[in-house]
Amino acid sequence: MEHVLGFVALAAGLIIGLGAIGACIGIGLMGGKYIEASARQPELMNALQTKMFLLAGLIDAAFLIGVGIAMMFAFANPFKLV
Amino acid sequence: MSTAGHEAAANAPTAGEYIVHHLTHFNSTGHAQKNIVDFSVINLDTLFFSVLMGVIGLFVMWRVAKSVTSGVPGRMQAAVEIVLEMVNDQAKGIIHNAESRKFVAPLALTVFIWIFLMNSMDFLPLDVLPNLWQAITGDHHAYLRVVPTADLNGTLGMSMGVLFVCLYYNIKIKGFGGWMHELFTAPFGSHPLLYPINFLMQVIEFVAKTVSHGMRLFGNMYAGELVFMLIALMGAAWAGTATGAFLWAGHVIAGSIWAIFHILIVALQAFIFMMLTLVYIGQAHEAH
Repeated sequence: MEHVLGFVALAAGLIIGLGAIGACIGIGLMGGKYIEASARQPELMNALQTKMFLLAGLIDAAFLIGVGIAMMFAFANPFKLV
Repeated sequence: MSTAGHEAAANAPTAGEYIVHHLTHFNSTGHAQKNIVDFSVINLDTLFFSVLMGVIGLFVMWRVAKSVTSGVPGRMQAAVEIVLEMVNDQAKGIIHNAESRKFVAPLALTVFIWIFLMNSMDFLPLDVLPNLWQAITGDHHAYLRVVPTADLNGTLGMSMGVLFVCLYYNIKIKGFGGWMHELFTAPFGSHPLLYPINFLMQVIEFVAKTVSHGMRLFGNMYAGELVFMLIALMGAAWAGTATGAFLWAGHVIAGSIWAIFHILIVALQAFIFMMLTLVYIGQAHEAH
């Protein structure tokens, strides 16, 4: 029983950690590109900003779905043999 | 957690119980849902608060529309106009068929306002409504969860609604025969041998769009609500054991920081859900 709980805790941590790596690298790259683009063409700053926020949300999607699932594992543990 | 001091700490809920208590829905069976998928259980709190937010949203928009003036607009009218123009520009940019835009732009506006209101239920202090509910029902262990979008049923329900609208427009624009033809020939060309693979790809695409559409909103709101619960634990730990003022200060500071950041998440997720509704319906218009 303890093995199950231990592994679930590990799994939850891994899900969040690996997801965070991907999401943060993605948004970091996109943010950098956005700043470069707005430096090069300031008049496009507004239009690009809406698209940047939309893409930031999309990049975060997989990560936060993972966080949702990991939190569900942590609190409403479906693997408990109850 | 109403009384401080040691005896209260003895029977006060532990951290785990507190969180699990706040994660349990007020549903039709009275106790927490046992297995993951159980269609016999209806989450009454999600139903109630989503309908309540819908009614409030419609009422506000109706009141503003009723007293609209072409002269100097009041603050409320200006705010609604800003939202209207934003949604209309996005709809015009994505859906080029003017005739279907007559239905889809209001749909996008409804989705944006409704989800924004449902998400902003998260700004209420965590224990306000559940304690009120416990007082009303008199049952000290009454469960209540106030954020309807932090419930997978709520968000997947909406994304399936968007899926049905997409299917409707697929059939309306391309005709049933045309759509069937596309289903079997879309990604890889119309060679008969490729029909099963094409159809499989199309089904996967529709399922993936719908599930990710609903899960994204759920993941953001569920994680956001849980962080509020963890922060509330800090305050609860101080109230129970009076170990030090820094826990109380921690609760207040962390709580306000997260609430301010959560304003961005609430608005952004409502905006993203609306944009993807428009994009998916827009895809139903173009032939592959």
